Amino acid sequence: MKEAVEPIINTEGLNVFYGEQHVLKDVTVGIPEKRITAIIGPSGCGKSTFLKSLNRLIELTDGVKVSGKIYFHGLDVFDGKIDVMYIRKKMGFLAQKPCPLPMSIYDNVTYGPRIHGLDDKKELAGIVESCLQSASLWDEVKDRLKTPASRLSVGQQQRLCLARALAVAPEVLLCDEPTSALDPISAQRIEELLINLKKNYTVVIVTHVLRQAMRLADHVVFLYLGKLIEHGSAEKVFRNPENTVTQAYVKGVFS
Amino acid sequence: MDKRKLEEAFFKALMLASTLIVLGSLLAVIVAVVVRSAPALSLSMLTQTPKGGYYLGKEGGILNAIAGSLYLVGGATVLAFAISLPVALYLEEYAGRSRFAAYARLFLDVSWGVPSIVYGVFGFTIMLYLGLKASLIGGLVTVALFEIPIMVRVMDEVLRMVPLELREASYALGSTRLETAINVMVKQALPGILTALLLAFGRGIGDAASVLFTAGYSDYIPTSFSDPAATLPLAVLFQLGTPFPEVQMRAYASAAVLMIIVLSLSMGSRFLSRRLTRYVVR
Amino acid sequence: MERRLKDALASKLMLIATVLSSLTVFFIALALFQKGSFILTTRPLSHLFSSSWQPSKSQFGFYPFIIGTLWVTGLAMVLAIPVSLLCAIYLAEYASKSVRDILKPLVDLLSGIPSVVYGVWGVLVIVPIIRDYVAPAVGATTTGYSILAGGVLLAIMVFPIVISVSEEVFRSVPYEVQEASFALGATRWQTVKHVVIRKGLPGIIAAVILGFSRAFGETMAVLMVVGNVARAPSTVFDPGYTLPALIANSYGEMMSIPLYDSALLLAAFILLLVVFSFNVAARIILMRIERRMR
Repeated sequence: MKEAVEPIINTEGLNVFYGEQHVLKDVTVGIPEKRITAIIGPSGCGKSTFLKSLNRLIELTDGVKVSGKIYFHGLDVFDGKIDVMYIRKKMGFLAQKPCPLPMSIYDNVTYGPRIHGLDDKKELAGIVESCLQSASLWDEVKDRLKTPASRLSVGQQQRLCLARALAVAPEVLLCDEPTSALDPISAQRIEELLINLKKNYTVVIVTHVLRQAMRLADHVVFLYLGKLIEHGSAEKVFRNPENTVTQAYVKGVFS
Repeated sequence: MDKRKLEEAFFKALMLASTLIVLGSLLAVIVAVVVRSAPALSLSMLTQTPKGGYYLGKEGGILNAIAGSLYLVGGATVLAFAISLPVALYLEEYAGRSRFAAYARLFLDVSWGVPSIVYGVFGFTIMLYLGLKASLIGGLVTVALFEIPIMVRVMDEVLRMVPLELREASYALGSTRLETAINVMVKQALPGILTALLLAFGRGIGDAASVLFTAGYSDYIPTSFSDPAATLPLAVLFQLGTPFPEVQMRAYASAAVLMIIVLSLSMGSRFLSRRLTRYVVR
Repeated sequence: MERRLKDALASKLMLIATVLSSLTVFFIALALFQKGSFILTTRPLSHLFSSSWQPSKSQFGFYPFIIGTLWVTGLAMVLAIPVSLLCAIYLAEYASKSVRDILKPLVDLLSGIPSVVYGVWGVLVIVPIIRDYVAPAVGATTTGYSILAGGVLLAIMVFPIVISVSEEVFRSVPYEVQEASFALGATRWQTVKHVVIRKGLPGIIAAVILGFSRAFGETMAVLMVVGNVARAPSTVFDPGYTLPALIANSYGEMMSIPLYDSALLLAAFILLLVVFSFNVAARIILMRIERRMR
């Protein structure tokens, strides 16, 4: 259906240990550019760990050891010469629980650009408007940009977090079960936004809800017990999985 | 990009410097006191009471203060324990999350912060009112009052860590609250309770202001509750104030003895609690 | 049945013990005020705030002591707050667990050292350093027994409480918010500056209040190095006299001069009032933070 696309991110032999526990086992996979890739699998199988390895967020946790390679645009993410903060800038992150920073709505969105050194007020204001528009939040908050972000509803907060992530002009959006803490209506809005965003961004979404993956994904990566079982286009993995474990999972036998 | 790295490095340096200042002060205090007092520290210092002319530089030692402190603070800690344990148990087991418990805890916490001189003045005022003279019992009760908030606080935290399932198991067997408190909670929290005792004892023995007005001072080891009692902190204070360098050296020595006692208690209690926790149900 | 009786009796006794011990502070305040207020009936408040303190001439102006206490405590806080906060941030955000497990107990050890020992150390080390090195460096002369000596000692004594409370506050900032900041590409310091400190601000304030309260009431160590001269100081190299030191020093003469005991008890009452209010305020702030965590 869709032509094969060049992967923008490639992992090779990715292994992650939490202390003694071997959480990700030798994962080698590619993430295609400007598509929505869903990482699926039962809970606790290393999906979030995989996601957080891509932007090297995982190594901030005590006792974590990562080995293997991750290539972004062909560059080795672990190369000492590359600034890890540059990687994180290029890969926006949306967490499961909406997490507004303790500041106003405006400051939340401008936080990213500001810490990277942008202080031109006009540019910042422009970024605020465009990102809140892209997150479909602008109309609801444009009159109260300076009020604390904590006063927003949960669904609005998640959209704010999306706007905040977009503000640093990433190329990739990493979403860790972004709708699991939301009500169905807010969840739906986020899903619509993600579908819209794939025109300009590569989206990687971790989800344990098969139906969500079926709705959104162009490409699927199936992880089970830390191992890569199968990956490919959504068509193939959902209709004609090669692996028996995938077949069982996709049929909803276990989730 | 560089500016951020610079900022990070700068503050990191400041942080390390601050940590070094704090740790350095600790080291400076311990080392200086021990080193400067070493010449005066001898066995006779520790085992003799002041003889005639002691304060003029002649023989004797600080046994009066060592014994006085041990009696006074030992007794105070026992008294404080007798009151604090029931209070802590009550707060944990009977009052739990109630408003009453919250207020009680608040006031006890605040009592912990009350300067010991206030306790000393209070103790003195009561003693005057009752017609008592400065004595072992006066100091004992005052230090006990001072120690109670500390003990209750620590024991409260320790009792809180007793797992709910353990308590529930006891109740499920039909125990009363008292029986659960004594048989389950105290046994389970024993290491922590011991730590609380040692901690309070350490605070009590090191404090001067609470005994200044209430315990008096004496060159002799107290033999009854109404005798005045010398204490180590006051020994330091009084000996420091004399014009004789030999006596001043003894003040340093007394300070070193006091410091060593308190620090060993502090480290000992930590070590003890870690070892005893091994036998406790998890 | 007998078990139930024992339980009921025990719980009544424990309740009484709890009520009495919680209210001890109030009993103390009452007793102090009762005797201390006597002097208020014989002297106007303006007299009590005057700068003349000569009990033998029946003059009880507390001004020098109030000022002295504020100077020493203020200096101590100015020295202690930046160092303590930086150290707390290091322990909470930068140090690895093994480092933290070693350093934290060491910091706590500072709070165990008796104040007379600090006083001796002050006399042995701090006073000579001030007299022989610091003062000449700025062109001042002093015996060394000064506000500065008291301030430095108090700062060291205040380190452990400000550090331990602040460190706990920083550790309690939820990880997700910090993670969100890192995910945007912030450095660790930027995250600390914009997120951790901001969220932890009420807790920091509480820690500072507790530290101030501790410094305000400290008696012995200050007494031994501050010079005990009843005159309002004009520089940090001048000697001073604090309220707690006054109370402690006047022990001997208190009974022989009329109104002296009442004056001192009033001073003690004021001390209690100040410390009590500060501590209650700090504890309430900390309780609110804890509640928000749940």
